[in-house]
Amino acid sequence: MSEEYVLELEHIRKEYPGVVALKDVTLQLRPGEVLGLIGENGAGKSTLIKCCSGAVIPTSGKIKINGKEFERMTPQLAAENGIAIIYQEFNNVGELSAAENLFLGRPIRNGIMIDRKAMEEEAAKAFAQLQIKINPKELVKNLSVGYQQMIEIAKAIQQNAKVLIMDEPSAPLTTNEVENMFKVVELLREQGVSIIYISHRLEEIFRLSDRIEVIRDGEYVTTLITPEATVDELIKLMVGREMTQKYPEREPCIDKNKVVLELKHVSGNGDKDMNLKIHAGEVLGLGGLVGAGRTELAEVIFGSKPKESGQIILNGKEINPRSPREAIDLGIALVPEDRKRHGALLTNSIKNNINMPIYKRISNASVIRSAIEKSNAEKYRKEIQIKCPTVNQLVKNLSGGNQQKVILGKWLAADSQLIIFDEPTRGIDVGAKYEIYKLINDLVESGRSVLMISSEMEELIGMSDRIIVLAEGEMTGELQKEEFDADTIMAYASAIVDKEMGGSTR
Amino acid sequence: MNVKNILKSNAIWLVFILEVIIFAIASKGAFIRTGNIINISRQVAYYGIASIGMTFVILIAGIDLSIGSIITLVNVVCAFLMVNLGVNMWIAILISLLLSTAIGILNGFMVATIGIPALIATFASQTIFEGASYLISGGRPISGLPETFALFGRWSVGIIPVCTIIMIVCFAIGSFILNKTYFGRYFYAIGGNEEAAELSGIRVNRMKYLIYALSGLFAGLAGIVLLSRSNSAQSTVGKGLEFDVITCVVLGGVSVNGGVGRISGVVAGVLIIGCLTNGMILMDVSEYTQMVVKGVGLAIAVGIDCLSKKRQTT
Repeated sequence: MSEEYVLELEHIRKEYPGVVALKDVTLQLRPGEVLGLIGENGAGKSTLIKCCSGAVIPTSGKIKINGKEFERMTPQLAAENGIAIIYQEFNNVGELSAAENLFLGRPIRNGIMIDRKAMEEEAAKAFAQLQIKINPKELVKNLSVGYQQMIEIAKAIQQNAKVLIMDEPSAPLTTNEVENMFKVVELLREQGVSIIYISHRLEEIFRLSDRIEVIRDGEYVTTLITPEATVDELIKLMVGREMTQKYPEREPCIDKNKVVLELKHVSGNGDKDMNLKIHAGEVLGLGGLVGAGRTELAEVIFGSKPKESGQIILNGKEINPRSPREAIDLGIALVPEDRKRHGALLTNSIKNNINMPIYKRISNASVIRSAIEKSNAEKYRKEIQIKCPTVNQLVKNLSGGNQQKVILGKWLAADSQLIIFDEPTRGIDVGAKYEIYKLINDLVESGRSVLMISSEMEELIGMSDRIIVLAEGEMTGELQKEEFDADTIMAYASAIVDKEMGGSTR
Repeated sequence: MNVKNILKSNAIWLVFILEVIIFAIASKGAFIRTGNIINISRQVAYYGIASIGMTFVILIAGIDLSIGSIITLVNVVCAFLMVNLGVNMWIAILISLLLSTAIGILNGFMVATIGIPALIATFASQTIFEGASYLISGGRPISGLPETFALFGRWSVGIIPVCTIIMIVCFAIGSFILNKTYFGRYFYAIGGNEEAAELSGIRVNRMKYLIYALSGLFAGLAGIVLLSRSNSAQSTVGKGLEFDVITCVVLGGVSVNGGVGRISGVVAGVLIIGCLTNGMILMDVSEYTQMVVKGVGLAIAVGIDCLSKKRQTT
């Protein structure tokens, strides 16, 4: 391998008023390699890649591309020198075709007319180079998330990108789409493109990367050769402390005599004939692929989407929540998958977030009793260890793990008895994950019940007392703790188990 | 909080003070004579009152273009009831306020239940009720209001006009709602993120009804004050007033993206526009020039808001 680097970042430092986002980070990228970049949330990964693209200007430090030093990086300069970033949010326009998106902002023209045919031909070529099958004429809004991502990658390659920086590329994708994306990454490496691959999922890093760079708290920690690294070692480097186990121990606390929630033949919101029971003190895992109807089921129980038929029975009484408000008053809570869009009120304070569901309860003739408001917030800040200078801080300034804690604090304040977690640790770093798991344990140990939707197999197996698997809006299997096995769950999730087998587990 | 932050969060008041100093010097002191200050407080009363409802609406990232028409309709209806039908003054006022609130509820229905974008829904009711007020008045001014009706716009307690007192009370109520009641918390939550607010147990649609109803109510009250001041009802009186009110609110730091803003800022916004209008009249600046100055002011205010947001993200 050549010792020359395509991209070098030397002692990058970035200060914001009051915070140092990057203290001192160095990064060297070799031609044709995949460099895994890992670090906890808030370690500075995003800021670092924004420095590469010119979206953020470092306070000090050097950026070199192919040995050439740049005084001041701008988005144009980065693009001209072959640096492209695939962000988690795409820049596609849904109403335009795949080809038009590929040439967005720089259409092939014939005089003043857009040469649609030439664009479509070029797009077909670009897609062929990545060995992906996309019809250039298809409107982007009709394409799956995986293909939309591919268009982003194709756009970068079409613009002669030599360095591709991918920020959590697998986060929005389904299992199959992830496989396809891996193939494209490997193909690009063969074609000599250098890739910086950022991910929380260490197995992906191991699968794809040649070397792994670890950063922690805005500082460079080390770079390892992938085959020589181990998961435990990486976690230790990222967190800076020893992690003895991934899932905390839980006292057995299931009360089999007390059914908290029961669904009988519940249909609606895309799901058909849902039957399940959750006991007091139990964590019921809900497994399945993305799009299997798990979130949809949660929405029905939480009252945000209507059910069409069947019965929902809570503590022996049939309920029919028609809004989240009604569900909350019945003691049901939802910690949604998309924390920033559906979970936390980012522009509101921690105090307001925690009290939001119960403001009416803590008000006297509409006037908030501010002492209770304050003490509530302080109580949960302490109990679940939300790290913040004051409870008046805005939630948008917290890390992902702490935001998740605020959402949980809100439901504890509302005295929820059944808490539905939809992907409880998505986008949360390793250290904070462990804390969230401990909090889930605390919930069931105090007699509450948890319904946990998770696409992470390990998490599902590690945290659940029982697992129900969904596929295409139907329940395909149920596993007791002693039957837990990743292959069986996968088989149920892909609905490749024949009907008889699926039926017998009900 | 350090000095810099205090200055930053009260920048709008500095602008106001600067404005007063400039006009005071330019008018050789006429601007800051007690009589003129009382006059300004009387002039700003009606849009100050209307700006409170608009603050709530903009806080939830909505807009209410119908308030100019509501003010007109309340003028015409209230005058029509008292002059043409001989209805008791207080009952006429009550009916007018109920009507303006009902229009607000109609706006709420269109926005929340049907799902028409607020801009279009309230634009539709603006057109409807402007037309309706012409239908009632036949396009002719209605005058000959009862003597005591002058209370709201022209009478004073000591040297302080009654309408100024009404405005101050309204601002106090608005501030109280936003800071002390759970409705205020709900408004900020909805403005920040409607979906997350709903999932936190807020019945967002009900709140929208409430907010547009309040906007209608405050506009109605503004209409009563304006009618009392002008002493005759005309179907052109409220035309375009919504823009003055929106300017005050946005100038006062209420973000058009929702979720951010305080009543104290809006008070400053109202005073700045009030002083600007008064000061320019005092200095014989033409009405058209005034429009240009106000428009530029609005653009700068929103521009500063957007720029500061941009700086936060890079």
